[in-house]
Amino acid sequence: MQTTPSSLASVAGNRTQRVPGTNLLGTGLETRGVHAWFGKKHVLSDVSLDFAAGTVTALIGPSGCGKSTFIRTLNRMHEFIPTAALAGQVLLDGKDIYESGTDVTKIRLRVGMVFQKPNPFPSMTIGENVLSGLKLAQLKRSNTDDLLESCLVRAGLWSEVKDRLGEHGGALSGGQQQRLCIARALAVEPQVLLMDEPCSALDPGSTFRIEETISELAKTMTIVIVTHNMQQAARVSDYTAFFLSDGGPGVMVETAPTNKIFSSPEDQRTEDYVTGRFG
Amino acid sequence: MTQSAIPTPQTPWAVSPQQRIATGSLIALGAILAGIVVKTTGLSGKLGFAVSFFFFAALLIFIQQLRLRDLAAAKDSLLNSFALLGITLTLIPIASIVSTVVIRGYGGISFGIFTEDMTQASVNDPVDSGGLLHALLGTLIIVGVALIISFPIGLLTALYLTEIRGTLTRPIKFLVQAMSGVPSIVAGLFILSILIIPVTQEQTGLMASLALCILMIPTIARTAEEMLLLIPNELREAGVALGATQWRAVAGVVVPAARSGLVTAIILGVARVIGETAPLLLVSGGADALNLNPTSGAMGSLPFYIWKAFLTGGTQEAYARAWGGMLVLLVLIVSLFVLARYFSGRRVN
Repeated sequence: MQTTPSSLASVAGNRTQRVPGTNLLGTGLETRGVHAWFGKKHVLSDVSLDFAAGTVTALIGPSGCGKSTFIRTLNRMHEFIPTAALAGQVLLDGKDIYESGTDVTKIRLRVGMVFQKPNPFPSMTIGENVLSGLKLAQLKRSNTDDLLESCLVRAGLWSEVKDRLGEHGGALSGGQQQRLCIARALAVEPQVLLMDEPCSALDPGSTFRIEETISELAKTMTIVIVTHNMQQAARVSDYTAFFLSDGGPGVMVETAPTNKIFSSPEDQRTEDYVTGRFG
Repeated sequence: MTQSAIPTPQTPWAVSPQQRIATGSLIALGAILAGIVVKTTGLSGKLGFAVSFFFFAALLIFIQQLRLRDLAAAKDSLLNSFALLGITLTLIPIASIVSTVVIRGYGGISFGIFTEDMTQASVNDPVDSGGLLHALLGTLIIVGVALIISFPIGLLTALYLTEIRGTLTRPIKFLVQAMSGVPSIVAGLFILSILIIPVTQEQTGLMASLALCILMIPTIARTAEEMLLLIPNELREAGVALGATQWRAVAGVVVPAARSGLVTAIILGVARVIGETAPLLLVSGGADALNLNPTSGAMGSLPFYIWKAFLTGGTQEAYARAWGGMLVLLVLIVSLFVLARYFSGRRVN
């Protein structure tokens, strides 16, 4: 029965599991029976997941299983698609972010996002990119130089760009651009960071740097990462949730501590997926 | 796994009916306040009402957002108010022009005007004698021939600017931009002085088409260039990477991807010239008789028909005739655009 490749299981088993909530980061993010639709098409069904504060959760599953749709419901980016609809609750520190009267801009300030393709603002320099959130969200910070440095340090980019902060972001490599985007997301001090396949366009070296960054960031925030790379899920995440669609709406098949998902998953479909029998 | 009942899809981010009613009543309150201001102060008339209405409505919504949410949301609502003001200011002249043309032109429309020309009638005759068949067909032929000549030239110019990017790109870009500002009468005079007087010595529909080409090519070239620039470079590279020559990649991938944009280029090109009157007066001759041959003889056109009825007539009949011509021209333009949009959008998705 134990057919999981030992490499993934040992990768997942060798990392130290973070204990949720040790750093008093709030109660984290929870979803309760989230469904999502595009027009009439039901794309995501009944997802209830807890993202404990100060942990990293990986969402894995084949393409088209609703992972990206799900992650976009967590900071209300879902509603940008004109035909989108939703049911269920997303609780941030116990409060539903879809409750009427909620200020959506404040939600997105607290739940940051890093996208699949690096997207530094082309009209801004590296330094301006990092601090752009302050301007866009109209936040006041007294010592922006310190903030700039600390964000770039935490994103693992400081040593590479500290002498060229006045250059434009487009001059950086893809991996550096993505870390610049992470630094940009950090500057507004979100308590949750959503990452939608942040490494899928990057080489292994850059991917490694970003994984280091994620481990560093998890000390101070909750991280949700969508990834197609199971090695990555095994390396960086404390919990893993497996999503699957059998042609109908995507469902969350199983969620468990990462080393359990990769060593002894409960569901046969999870085991088939993580052992590479399909997907 | 027990599948619980699927809940109903909701859109909690949508504006709720209560909010709509609240905002609607604030706007109504703004109208009432504006009415009071117009009645009680020196500010008066429709303009005074409109200005104070906008001021009050925007202010009330600003205060509402400030109380419900915060200053940032209130500023956001102010931007929305100004955007609405902008679109209102854009729509008022359009609605006014269209309604005037429809109301006044309606009386000048009858079945007969689409079957007869003006050989048997003068502009001052009753509206039901004579017609604008010659002008309608003349306009279609002149603009059609102009489009047939201009579109390939404009598209090829745009392809030179975006795909070939040769050494002449910058000067040509500059020239095309400068050309799009050429006054239409200059285009007419140009054809008159280099073709009609020294060579053909005859005013024809083709000459009118050539004059319109001078106006149309820069518009088409510039718009097509903008549209082709929107096509991501990855598509060109993907095409070439499959072994296509540059020409095959452009014809098979780039141009089809930009199709809807190229239709926009055609629409803007046609819109630039279809109402042109000045060059047609100089080079098409402006006939009253139906002439379907653009290469010989004078040819009528709708702008010329309108111009003639207004200028040479003086009776109510002549004016009704002119307004009727305008309505036909307007309907013609709108239906051409709708058709173009329909055909450009059909195969894309």
